[in-house]
Amino acid sequence: MTVATDIADARRTETLAAFGRKRLVKMAVPVAILLYLVYIAFAFDIAGLAARARGDNVKVLLSDFVSYKTHVTRDNRSGAVTVAVEGEAKGAWPAGRLPEWISVEGDATRIDLGRGHSVVYEGPNARYLHPQYGEIAVNPTEDGIKVNLPSEPAPDWINASDTRVTVTTGQGRFSFTRNRTETFRYEYGWELFFFTLDSPFSGKGPGELLALSLWGERIDPARPNIAYMVSEFWTNKMWRHGDVMWAMFETVLMAFLGTMGAALVALPLAFLAASNFAPSRAIRFAMRRLFDFVRGVDGLIWTIILSRAFGPGPLTGSLAILLTDTGSFGKMFSEALENVDNKQIEGVQSTGANALQQARFGVMPQVIPVFLSQVLYYFESNTRSATVIGAIVGGGIGLLLTQAIITQKDWEEVSYYIVLIVLMVMAMDTLSGWARGKLIGRQA
Amino acid sequence: MTDAAMDTAAIRRNYLAMARQKQTYGGILLLVFVLLMASGFMLAEQRNAGGFLEGIHQFFDFPAEVVSEAARHAANLPGLFIKFLPSLLETINIAAVSTLIGGLIAIMLSLLSTRGLALWPRLIPLFRRSMDGMRAIPEIVIALVLIFILGGGPVPAMIAIAFHTAGALGKLFSEVNENADLKPVEGLASVGATWGQRMWLGVVPQVAPNWLSYALLRFEINVRASAILGFVGSGGIGYDLKTALQWGQGRYDEVIAIFILLFITIVIFDQTSSHYRNRLVKGA
Repeated sequence: MTVATDIADARRTETLAAFGRKRLVKMAVPVAILLYLVYIAFAFDIAGLAARARGDNVKVLLSDFVSYKTHVTRDNRSGAVTVAVEGEAKGAWPAGRLPEWISVEGDATRIDLGRGHSVVYEGPNARYLHPQYGEIAVNPTEDGIKVNLPSEPAPDWINASDTRVTVTTGQGRFSFTRNRTETFRYEYGWELFFFTLDSPFSGKGPGELLALSLWGERIDPARPNIAYMVSEFWTNKMWRHGDVMWAMFETVLMAFLGTMGAALVALPLAFLAASNFAPSRAIRFAMRRLFDFVRGVDGLIWTIILSRAFGPGPLTGSLAILLTDTGSFGKMFSEALENVDNKQIEGVQSTGANALQQARFGVMPQVIPVFLSQVLYYFESNTRSATVIGAIVGGGIGLLLTQAIITQKDWEEVSYYIVLIVLMVMAMDTLSGWARGKLIGRQA
Repeated sequence: MTDAAMDTAAIRRNYLAMARQKQTYGGILLLVFVLLMASGFMLAEQRNAGGFLEGIHQFFDFPAEVVSEAARHAANLPGLFIKFLPSLLETINIAAVSTLIGGLIAIMLSLLSTRGLALWPRLIPLFRRSMDGMRAIPEIVIALVLIFILGGGPVPAMIAIAFHTAGALGKLFSEVNENADLKPVEGLASVGATWGQRMWLGVVPQVAPNWLSYALLRFEINVRASAILGFVGSGGIGYDLKTALQWGQGRYDEVIAIFILLFITIVIFDQTSSHYRNRLVKGA
């Protein structure tokens, strides 16, 4: 009896000890994760991040995503006033046609900034009319720029010196120097997305455009309005829709050529690397190491080496994807080949088929579904990689994206590209899922 | 008997016709594919700066140049390995942290978007779509935007990769969750366990090995991604590689040192992760 209790006691302590160990392990994992994160916080200098982060850049980014500005500039030497979207020549309003918030009478230009704010250029002088604060008058004199404020001291949104005066309010921004007087007016939306201002279609509503395209009189007698409209949109100088679409196509092309090319190259090599098909162990070993090498060198290094040889462009990108994925496909295909059922091959062999025929009719039907599903999966994920590779080799939408980001001012274009890339990747996702279903049947 | 013979003949005819039709379709499909590939390569070559045939001779020029210069300075290599070790560590750290954080977010998202486990069943489509969105945005996009805001360094790359990882792993995790047995969850619910307790005690023990296996695979992918993101401007060994390459001749020993370090790292992580994945999935 005591023996029995002894055994029971021993079991008890044993179980409790096991529980204790388990609990310790369960505790140890979160603690280890936490310790690692603390180490990273120091290694990555998270504390210094707040100091380095630039809040004003966030503001620029967000406001640029959803709004744009129009510059109204007076050249103080010639007295000429120009109105241009983002201050760019390709966004300039034609002289005879100005937005309705600008009125010109002789030498005076009146800019309505909304909510009672307005700016008036009058000859060389300028005035900013603030509904609460009053009138800020700026006059250039022989000894610097003179500012008349309704009340002293100047509020912090006015910055005045002898050479430069700036007024920044929620409605816009006004600056005055000896050379030029400039006002920025902010508006919501993406500017001139469909037609630039020099196009005959700009500034027309959807109804008007529809009417023009269907039964309106031809603007250009040589071609129907709808063709003219499409070409004006396609060649829009601000957004370059045509070039962007080409770049998107190039990116998909890189992914397609790279993936399919890799699959074609890897297929015969995989036979040489599969244990049940390899002609000799040495060849099998060499093939395996080749796949490991190609995969290990990684897309980044291949991309660099290839762009030295072939220069920038989509071909380089395709070849980089092709090389890297040959390794991955070779490995996966040969694993699939090692798992084939031998009975089917023997059956084909019994009819007197040669090695090639055995491979075609005995092996391929078994492995094709596996291969296709892997290839389609890689195609989809390579559309994403092609964006990155495009940024490095200089091709496709990746290049446009990095260029737009480097200029650090065309954030509306950046957001346009991001939307397009996301749509493209999602479309590829759907397409490859659909193709997988069609080709190899639905598998849950 | 003639009837039977006619029947066989008819069946035979039918079968041959069908086989021929299938062959024709297969042939057409193959032809279309070949044409697509050929025209695609031609188009890509046209839009490329250098052609394929002119370039193919030069393919080994750059590696040869790099290797020969590095061979002349072979004595520098061990020193350079040590010099670049910190940035290699940074690259690996970026990959590890982003896999960790992305994985933790993915666990939450996957549990919230699996039928039968979700805390708010009505919101399942919302979480699924958000995972699709997170997966669809390439890392480089987020990284470049964050570099503008946060400045250079490892953090933008980390956030970018973690974001993408959360979406990618979330989908895989929720597929794993769907195969989990619901009985433990019901049992825990019957004794009044909260949602968190049901998940932690009822689901996680069942699915953890598969989660871990996917996370390891992702880590392997993320090491590559973090090297590439370094190259487009945010920390780690990729950035050193870019500087060394821009310097050009005279620094090729550094290039080769980085190439070798990267190669060894990738191969090591590849092999270890596939070893452990095999053990996890086959059940230790």
